[in-house]
Amino acid sequence: MSSADELTGASGKAQLDERVSTLLRGERRPLALVRARELVIYALLLLCGLFSLLVTVAIVYVLAAETVTFFRFDEVTFSNFFGSTNWNPLLGGQKSFGIWALISGTMLITVIAMAIALPLGLITAVYLSEYAPKRVRNVLKPILEVLAGVPTVVYGFFALMTITPVLQWLHSGFSVYNAASAGIAVGILCLPTVCSLAEDALQAVPRALRDGAYGLGSTRFDVSVKVVVPAALSGIISAFLLAIARAVGETMVVALAAGSLPQATIDPREQVQTMTGYMVQMATGDVSNYGTEYYSMYAVAATLFVMTMALTLIGNIVRRRFREAYE
Amino acid sequence: MANTPDSSPSGAAETQPRALGSNATARGPLESVELLSGQPRRRRDRRFRLLCIGTAAFSVLILVGLLGSILIQGLPHLTWTLTTNGPEPDPQRAGIRPAVFGTLWVCLICGLLTLPIGVATAILLEEYQPKSRIGRFLYGIIQLNITNLAGVPSVVYGLLGLTAFVSMFGLFGTAASDQDTQTSRYEIGVRYFDQFFSEGERAILIPVDSASAPMTQPVAGMTALNFYGEEIQPTVLSPGQPLPTDETLQYTLYADAEAGRITQQAWYYFSLPLGRGVLAGALTLMLVILPVVIISSQEALRAVPGSLRAGALGLGATQWQVVWNVTLPSAMPGILTGSILAMSRAIGETAPILIIAGIVYISRAPQHLMDDFTVMPLQLFNWISRPQEDFHSLAAAGIILLLGILLSFNAVAVLIRQKLHKPLS
Repeated sequence: MSSADELTGASGKAQLDERVSTLLRGERRPLALVRARELVIYALLLLCGLFSLLVTVAIVYVLAAETVTFFRFDEVTFSNFFGSTNWNPLLGGQKSFGIWALISGTMLITVIAMAIALPLGLITAVYLSEYAPKRVRNVLKPILEVLAGVPTVVYGFFALMTITPVLQWLHSGFSVYNAASAGIAVGILCLPTVCSLAEDALQAVPRALRDGAYGLGSTRFDVSVKVVVPAALSGIISAFLLAIARAVGETMVVALAAGSLPQATIDPREQVQTMTGYMVQMATGDVSNYGTEYYSMYAVAATLFVMTMALTLIGNIVRRRFREAYE
Repeated sequence: MANTPDSSPSGAAETQPRALGSNATARGPLESVELLSGQPRRRRDRRFRLLCIGTAAFSVLILVGLLGSILIQGLPHLTWTLTTNGPEPDPQRAGIRPAVFGTLWVCLICGLLTLPIGVATAILLEEYQPKSRIGRFLYGIIQLNITNLAGVPSVVYGLLGLTAFVSMFGLFGTAASDQDTQTSRYEIGVRYFDQFFSEGERAILIPVDSASAPMTQPVAGMTALNFYGEEIQPTVLSPGQPLPTDETLQYTLYADAEAGRITQQAWYYFSLPLGRGVLAGALTLMLVILPVVIISSQEALRAVPGSLRAGALGLGATQWQVVWNVTLPSAMPGILTGSILAMSRAIGETAPILIIAGIVYISRAPQHLMDDFTVMPLQLFNWISRPQEDFHSLAAAGIILLLGILLSFNAVAVLIRQKLHKPLS
């Protein structure tokens, strides 16, 4: 304000002229130099951008190369890997690498987790987006954020120390390590993911659709369930797929609470081993670093990577391709 | 729009008077129509609302149960011992200090590496629009790739780090085992010695060139260093000769004495391949949180109104001047918030570090970038997976500490978001 006052009047105008002329004289840099600098900066930015591509290439290369090494071993065959449910990599004489034992464990955990996370997450998202008064939102949102920020190892502790005793109290058939407890913990862990992604999708539905439905005499339930949720369906499905991918790749909870016995079972009271759990077992154990079991870790990781990559890819494609555009 | 079969047009129209109130009782036949159309729907609405509130209460309950069970078990064990001691076999004296320092080192380096690359990628994607069809294609690929990288399980990054950083694809020769130091590796900041005796301060050290050099045989007249690094002339006796009784005994040894190879690493010690050290862990964590940082920075940049850029461009600023002087400062609060949240994710990340570092006994803070390390969640994992009850309580106390750190990080992020955030449009 004051500087503007100074610059009015004759002396002020002289000052301004002075400033402009110094700017014009001194601050000018050769254009070629400026252009060169722009180019160098752009090249640097591009390098950083390409780095993320390089990461993907490196993941694919490492997993593929080590998996090939794994299948070169005499004791490993394709038919055994893809056709057996007996995963027994450590016992000397009778090694067996049937990936389905680990996949079934992963799927059992994932199904239990999703049975909790998907309905609860979606209903909470509908509540937050359509029903909740502002006061409740202001409490519930931070709580979900805190739940999302808790490290997974803490959920593992919770599963082992709290959920398992409760389950054992309810039913005596649960063993110390069991699929149900790990699955419930993974479900809790995925709940905030489902909720926030689904809520984003619900919020993206334009107000006019809701107003139209209300104008026709709908209750909130009608508006939410028959108008908003169908309109946001692509976003919700994509949220579900991303949550499933997260549950499949979850590591520390299952390593702590699910046990370490690879078996194909659908009994949630039994202990199971997931693909991620096996990798942790290999990393913590004293296995020789360069034998079949070492490379089996990469083969399992490759399987896991293909599964989660497919889920995230489909999730992202669903969200982009099937989004209902309203504007 | 209302899809219940009983909501005929007349029914929908007749809900109006009932809502208005008192004279509804006067018209008998219409009442029944209303009941069919309005009541069940409203009842369903009420029930659904109750279900919603119940579900929301459930997530609150989970948080209370989670924190409650940890606090009950951990608070009695939350003592200063926890922060001052290393991981001892006795749970009463065990602490988490080396792990705290490990977390500090790893996350600091990880943040320093991730922030520039992440923000630069976000700037590229948001501020430098592609001009050609190939450029647009490339941008699309990079964008899709980043969203997919965010979905890769962190344990897979751990395996990538194990191959790419710890052993560097075996480019420097593959070690037969971790303990095998006889492999070719490129090193700076390290000195090797052959040490004779180690009885307190009585030591004779003979410098050697490399880890794979042959063991030194004691010969008369060789130069050596003592415990303090001073040059000394050790006396070499042939086997069977009597030892002197005066003070020269300190530096006297038999010709058939056997040495042990020791290493002395400076604070700037660096080696390739990186091995299971701090730097390998930090680089791996960088891969894990890079997509998170990129995506949140992109959102922050996108929130800057286009008019600001247009104004700066109109004044003759170059693209980079616009970014550096206008867009980046305005987007800074958002970028910082996202980065802090990404860092808190890095602090809690366990699986990739577990693959990189393994479960090893670490009793001191890392001394250099290649030093063995452990991080807080890994130490907690170690304690939780032990059978003894005392270690579980100790883990609960450690979790309180970890959650405290994470919550303070989140609080800082919220503060930044509130203090620095100014509406720009």
